[in-house]
Amino acid sequence: MFATEFEYKKASSISEAIQLLSSNEGAKILAGGHSLLPMMKLRLARPTMVIDIGGIEEMRGISVENGTLRIGALTTHAQIADSHVVQEAAGILWETAYGIGDPQVRNRGTIGGNVSHADPASDLPTVLTVVDAKFTIQGQGGITRRGSRTVSAGDFFVGPFTTVLAENEVLTAIEIPVLAENQKAEYAKMAHPATSFAVVGAGVVLTVDNNNVCTAARVAVGGLTPTPTRGPSVEAALVGKELTDENIAAATALIDGDLGSDILGDIFASAEYRRAMAAIELKHAIFHATGLAHH
Amino acid sequence: MTTRIFGSGIRRREDPRLITGGATYTDDVQLPGMVHAAILRSPHAHAKISSIDTSAASGAPGVVAVYTGADTDGVLNPIPCAWLPPDCDIKAVDHPAIAKDVVRYQGDAVAVVVAEDRYQAEDALELIKVDYEILPSVVNPEAAMQAGAPQIHEDAPNNQAFHWVADGGDSDAAFANADVIVKETIIQQRLIPHAMEPRSAVANWTVAMGELTLWSTSQNPHIVRFLGSLVTGIPEHKIRVIATEVGGGFGSKLPMYADEMIISFCSMQLNRPVKWTATRSEGFLATIHGRDHVEHVELAATREGKITGIRSVVYAGMGAYLSTAGPGVPTILHGLIYSGPYDIGATKADIYGVFSNTTPVDTCRGAGRPEATFLIERLIDLLAVELGTDPVELRRKNLIPKFEDGHDVASGITYDSGDYEPLLNMVLGHVDYQALRQEQARMRERGAYMGIGVTCYVEICGLGPSQVAGAVGFGGGLWESAIVRFHPTGKVNAYIGTSPHGQGEETTFAQIIADELGVDVDDVGVIHGDTSNTPMGWGTYGSRTSTVGGAAVALAARKIKEKARLLAAHLLEAAEADVEYEDGKFFVKGSPDRSKTIQEIATMANVAWNMPEGMEPGLEASAFYDPPNFVYPFGTHLAVVEVDPDNGHIEVKRYVAGDDCGPQINPMIVEGQVHGGVVHGVGQALWEGVVYDENGQLLTGSMTDYALPRAHMFPDMEILSTVTPSPHNPLGVKGIGETGAIASTVTIYNAVIDALRPLGVTHIDMPLTPEKVWQAIRQGQGS
Ligand SMILES: Cc1cc2nc3c(=O)[nH]c(=O)nc-3n(C[C@H](O)[C@H](O)[C@H](O)COP(=O)(O)OP(=O)(O)OC[C@H]3O[C@@H](n4cnc5c(N)ncnc54)[C@H](O)[C@@H]3O)c2cc1C
Repeated sequence: MFATEFEYKKASSISEAIQLLSSNEGAKILAGGHSLLPMMKLRLARPTMVIDIGGIEEMRGISVENGTLRIGALTTHAQIADSHVVQEAAGILWETAYGIGDPQVRNRGTIGGNVSHADPASDLPTVLTVVDAKFTIQGQGGITRRGSRTVSAGDFFVGPFTTVLAENEVLTAIEIPVLAENQKAEYAKMAHPATSFAVVGAGVVLTVDNNNVCTAARVAVGGLTPTPTRGPSVEAALVGKELTDENIAAATALIDGDLGSDILGDIFASAEYRRAMAAIELKHAIFHATGLAHH
Repeated sequence: MTTRIFGSGIRRREDPRLITGGATYTDDVQLPGMVHAAILRSPHAHAKISSIDTSAASGAPGVVAVYTGADTDGVLNPIPCAWLPPDCDIKAVDHPAIAKDVVRYQGDAVAVVVAEDRYQAEDALELIKVDYEILPSVVNPEAAMQAGAPQIHEDAPNNQAFHWVADGGDSDAAFANADVIVKETIIQQRLIPHAMEPRSAVANWTVAMGELTLWSTSQNPHIVRFLGSLVTGIPEHKIRVIATEVGGGFGSKLPMYADEMIISFCSMQLNRPVKWTATRSEGFLATIHGRDHVEHVELAATREGKITGIRSVVYAGMGAYLSTAGPGVPTILHGLIYSGPYDIGATKADIYGVFSNTTPVDTCRGAGRPEATFLIERLIDLLAVELGTDPVELRRKNLIPKFEDGHDVASGITYDSGDYEPLLNMVLGHVDYQALRQEQARMRERGAYMGIGVTCYVEICGLGPSQVAGAVGFGGGLWESAIVRFHPTGKVNAYIGTSPHGQGEETTFAQIIADELGVDVDDVGVIHGDTSNTPMGWGTYGSRTSTVGGAAVALAARKIKEKARLLAAHLLEAAEADVEYEDGKFFVKGSPDRSKTIQEIATMANVAWNMPEGMEPGLEASAFYDPPNFVYPFGTHLAVVEVDPDNGHIEVKRYVAGDDCGPQINPMIVEGQVHGGVVHGVGQALWEGVVYDENGQLLTGSMTDYALPRAHMFPDMEILSTVTPSPHNPLGVKGIGETGAIASTVTIYNAVIDALRPLGVTHIDMPLTPEKVWQAIRQGQGS
């Protein structure tokens, strides 16, 4: 629980953070510290330099413009869970943020740190994938000529603890399309009792017409796969159907075929169990989203 | 009319400083010239140490010294086990503070680095090179006794640490003549009794005085001094142990650990104060674990449901070495209490203590009694299914009828007092048990699985008569002492030998004294935890502090009052027989105006201007209290759970705890203890459990894998009680610190199995994680 020696720098702008990252091999960005610091204390991470981006105001804040919700990467889970703007624009994210960890984790942990860390057990990668979020990434101009780029959530996650972020890139903001009136979105998870991390998490965004018929669907599951996994078979089965108990159960069962073979397992929950739970959590999410009775 | 503060739920006076960060814990202690230690621990469960090279570490920045086991030769004696039950062939194997040739569990200390700061010490640890020759290891206590298992200690063949049998009544006959026998194999999984504060020690050896001061996170500083003198060779009067502020223990701070002795050793070598605080990861490996039983148990009964016998064969894991009280837990604190609250003709406990390549096992809240309660109550539920009767009626049929002063049970112990049925009725009435059962039936019809668990328990605590302690191989006494002293201004301090570490006795003992002496509770202060200013005592564990220590406090106060009465008669110029007392005032019979408050008398006693002939100045007394028997709290707990068959998730819908601990000194504190105990026990049923892999590697080595219960996982608890005083305790009180943990594990377990019975589930190993429940349902359904 005692980190190895490192240099501490506080960056006052995004460009300074990128500059420091680029010129110091082994440097790491520090946002909320709730993933980085435990790794350092266990000496599993040994950065030579820690660049504190906590003071960069332009990376904070929540706003809605032209049908897009923009959240600065440094925004904490607690700020998201407290925001009426997020509640109105993307209730699924608002509720998910409240279900992350515990108050300490929510008060420090940031949306940017969460997705940059890319822990398969995190909630936000799944939720941001299902709402089709766009990540704004700032790289160094000059030598690499890689300025700002935008990557959609579906392309951002590469593997466990791996993203498309280059060593000298910073995630600055996340943009989410504001959900329409007829879009129902929900995230359900089986939480690990020790941490609240997702053993299996499932997110859905359904467009539903006046006759309770699903006209468009996006679903994704996480926790059990190395990166969030979309469920095209489930989506296809939902579209055009009335959202009845039976139709939901039939559609969600199809997630099994979308999962692939790389399923995570551990001493708490085996791969076999998690695989079976994907459909269950998806069902829970849809029940909640559509307000169907659920025990 | 006498006003009493005993029985009032006043706020805990401890809390303001604890809540606002005003308490000084061991890790807060800063001494001039202090250096910091870090301990290198074996990464292997079982290995020979071929060589250790400390040269690089010794030369690292800030390093003051590096020591290995060889350095302690002739300086530190082995770490003793202090509870060696007789007649069980116990092997008190050698336990060096720092391993010398062999490491026997992952976490065994191998070397210690002392440096100017802790970071430097941790950096230097990485530079120590140890060559290990890995040996085969064994983790499961039953497996460890099988032929061919790796041998952990040369002088303990088959890894058998002891074989202890308690055979009361004729169990062979009971089972031979039984109409019905139910059997079960129960795994009492290993737990880690986490405290909020990790273990910590600051040792300060002053060479000029030949004295050692040791700040230690201990539940029993006087025992640390006693055993510490045996380990270090420092005479007992030259050791001072300070444990005034300890952030929880739950049994984990009862043992005498090697680490604290290693830190003392370092200070003695360096003539400098040395601090060490366990990291949380270190705590998982090197702070004791609890439970770890593999039990084969059975119950004999008549067709009418009269229980005639219970017997067990238990393999109780001891870990790699015998911890301080370890052997006493599955024996004395477990095997003698198999009757529970029931009238059972024969009980037999056949207990093997077993070494394994794991962290030593010792007391974890309840210690032995949760395991006993579990097996009794589990077997009764199985019997109810077998006989097709209601589990509650089966219990009621077997309850021991009311008794006020002694009831002998088959194991040979004598319960003090009990009146079990009223509390059972109270709990059943509170929930309307019949209505609950009807609701359960209705829910089952629509595929919802609700279950009800009801537990009746008796536990043995308030340890205990010292003569019995001696007879059962406990290496000390179990009495308590207290000094109560009036100061010149009429204020009072009590100095106690027990060592509260979160339970609230600074408050409750002040309540006892305030009533005994007729002074305001705020005029009484309670001092504990420092061997230099408190009288000898055996510590806080086994729900003994209020029953034994509280009695000592009351007796000391009563002695003072007697002296005050004599002095009052003198000052009031009245015959002793004419002096009466009420509410802190002595007055002359018939003329209440001629009076002196006890606090005025205290002032006179302290200045001693006008004392009766021959009376010593001062108003204080010390008392020793050695209880004539243990105390036996009892109760009924009831849980309602709902299980989601889709995913195996369990929700605790209701938890009702009905407990009888005799008169309650402070009902709010009693409730707090019940809450904490219940949560602890439910944690075992649903979430907690140590997992080692087959090589003895701890897989649940952090808070991210070892799940502790959290508040949001519980409904509001419903707390009920009755009051059945202990006939032999001066205050009538019984213990309440462990009852929750003793009753709740099996209550939840039985509720879950009750819920799942229609799905063909009869057994799931704890903890009842969603996956295990889900798998059990699938097996029960034959898929
Ligand atoms: C006990 C506990 C329980 C938790 N439970 C949950 C849970 O239930 N659900 C859940 O989703 N999460 C959970 N978490 C994780 C939590 O959400 C973390 O806050 C989050 O994973 C990391 O965010 P952070 O701001 O703390 O990042 P940090 O720890 O500061 O950084 C994490 C990593 O991301 C990099 N990084 C950070 N910000 C940026 C950026 N803007 N651009 C590029 N790289 C960046 C850092 O260099 C580092 O490598 C839990 C954590 C803990 C400790």
